[in-house]
Amino acid sequence: MSENHRTASTASEAPGTEHDSGTQGVSITLEGITKRYDSGKPPAVDGLNMEIPAGSIVMFCGPSGCGKTTTLKMINRLIEPSSGRVLIDGEDVTDLDADRLRRRLGYVIQAGGLFPHMTVAKNIGLVPRMLGWDASRIRARVDELLELVSLDPATYRDRFPRELSGGQQQRVGVARALAADPPVLLMDEPFGAVDPITRQRLQDELIAIHSELKKTIVCVTHDFDEAVKLGDWIVIFREGGILAQYDSPERILAQPANSFVEDFMGAGAGLKQLSLSRLDDVELTEPVRVRAGAPAAEAVETMRAAGEDYVVVVDDQDRPVDWLIASQLERLETLPTQVNEDLPVVYNRASLNDALDSMLVTTTSSAIVVGKRRQMLGLVTVDTIMDVISGLNGRAHDTAAEAPLGQNEPEEFEIPEDDGRTGRNTDEAIAAKQREDSTADTGDAGDDTAAGDPAGGAIADDTAGNTTGDTAAGEPDDRPAGAHRADGDRP
Amino acid sequence: MSTLTAGQRRDIRDLLVQAGLIVVAFGVLIWWLLTTDLTDVESSTLAPGAVWSLTLEHLLLTVVSAVIVLAVAIPLGILLTRPALRRAAGPVMAVANIGQAAPAVGIIVLFGFWLGFGLQAAIAALVVYALLPVLRNTMVGLTQVDRQLIEAGRGMGMSAAAVLFRVELPLAVPVMLSGIRTALVLLVGTATLATFVNGGGLGLLITTGVTLDLTRVLIAGAILVALLALVVDWTGRVVELAVRPKGLA
Repeated sequence: MSENHRTASTASEAPGTEHDSGTQGVSITLEGITKRYDSGKPPAVDGLNMEIPAGSIVMFCGPSGCGKTTTLKMINRLIEPSSGRVLIDGEDVTDLDADRLRRRLGYVIQAGGLFPHMTVAKNIGLVPRMLGWDASRIRARVDELLELVSLDPATYRDRFPRELSGGQQQRVGVARALAADPPVLLMDEPFGAVDPITRQRLQDELIAIHSELKKTIVCVTHDFDEAVKLGDWIVIFREGGILAQYDSPERILAQPANSFVEDFMGAGAGLKQLSLSRLDDVELTEPVRVRAGAPAAEAVETMRAAGEDYVVVVDDQDRPVDWLIASQLERLETLPTQVNEDLPVVYNRASLNDALDSMLVTTTSSAIVVGKRRQMLGLVTVDTIMDVISGLNGRAHDTAAEAPLGQNEPEEFEIPEDDGRTGRNTDEAIAAKQREDSTADTGDAGDDTAAGDPAGGAIADDTAGNTTGDTAAGEPDDRPAGAHRADGDRP
Repeated sequence: MSTLTAGQRRDIRDLLVQAGLIVVAFGVLIWWLLTTDLTDVESSTLAPGAVWSLTLEHLLLTVVSAVIVLAVAIPLGILLTRPALRRAAGPVMAVANIGQAAPAVGIIVLFGFWLGFGLQAAIAALVVYALLPVLRNTMVGLTQVDRQLIEAGRGMGMSAAAVLFRVELPLAVPVMLSGIRTALVLLVGTATLATFVNGGGLGLLITTGVTLDLTRVLIAGAILVALLALVVDWTGRVVELAVRPKGLA
């Protein structure tokens, strides 16, 4: 692990206690990755160069057939690239033993992909067993991971997948991918097969897990809203694995690079910006907390003393159990211990949009915000959200300087419309790439980099003089790089 | 098996019914033989010791050919579902189909002329005849395993062999077992014909009954073969129920 990667991943310290020793994310670099299935047809992915910064969530997004899944599978070599290199944490993995490589990369597919003839514990313990862990260590790890994905180990450890709901199966799928503590998590449409409410919850949990573990997550989705919600960075692909834009959600929403991106985002991009503010960023209201199972009379007293007309019941780990208004409270002897599934609960990493959704669904004017492991942090109210909305504008430009690098250098090139922001010259960056690949054709490099990413120009600054091309991939003020290389690497 | 699904409970009930019917039918056969006046030839042919040794011969034929069938058809089925050899699947299946489509008597007699009359020829012919169901069900069982699961396995870093032995084969077991059971039942029935090439077995009772016009020997032999087939089928079902991977619906 090189120094610059580490600085990036520790920049925001993982707050978890038992996960402090966990492996944090590393950078991934794609260099001129091409996949050609049939020599007569255009390649599925064409000369893609891309930096994936350590510890960030990068969403691969685009219409079907755009090469996003192919690109993902070339990272763990489920699909072998026709040409090009993949660097993980600066190490060229293109020639490593594929099975060994994959044990170091967590992999999650739609619906979890659990093996139906193995219990939850067996499923999760598969990779550790392949790595030769002893039984007691595996058992401890399984329980730890089940806790992490909010499933009670005692209840679920010995169940078979068919005894779980879709959302629970997906959670186990994530736990299984994390089993050997890989620095990278690759997810292929992970939440495609669950209902919208479960999906929102799983997304929130993924964000919470990510903020705890700081893995590098690469996630394929066809759902732009999901990409906006989850992604630190979004890659929008167009047909043939051409990179249409690679930037932060804020910037893509505010300044789509070309008409393809605009069309792909669809209408309502303005409203989608609501998805960008996370509950983390707003001030929460502290409700009156009372313990589950305590006498109701005490709760009434506490509530009156605080001058409120409702209380939130929490369990001994501060997880919300129920939410009672004065009239309900007065009818009770003891406070409930059974978790009310209809509570408007949102994770602190969820967006304002999600919070509003929850309130609308439950027709309440506030929602309970929870953090790591469902601990209650406070309440968010409609008024708070309204205040934030009015201050939303003008934030989009802040991230420009940090955007990662990503470009194609395809053979047949379409010059996308210029959005006026491709200011800097990219020749230098391309030249840097080509120095390391003597076969690369320098002829049309200049035009090619216009391929879509307005941030492309920044490659020059970051990679000039560095022949490996993955300099400082993880530094927060760095841009992941991505480009299609010209025909040099083609037969 | 503390919690049984409705399906499992039904399976167990069916098994108990089948076992009961077999026992009752066997009892009726014994009662009929004891209460009927048998000629000397009939009683010596149907003497318990003689019938028992014929039954053992019959089972030997069945078991030996079944073992060979499994040893050939399962590896072959696995090979033919691997990407490298998938193209060969069509031709091999065509050959196996011929084995099954040709009349069993014909095959047995042909093998008899080729390998000489005796146990060897009988077993060789039975193997050819019973190969198809096992081969086909092995292939069907393996190809119906969800591709997503195989990819999940590979994506986690399992080798192709690990995916085969720990994912594909366990998930194919139910379909494979039902093919094996079909093959066993076929074998018990067809082993009756082994007597034509001097291969022994309960078929001897039937041929003796036909050639010497001993109707009661003929009937007893036919019923015994049918009961043996039912017992083998029943055993197969019990095994299927027992080794079916838990967690499958």
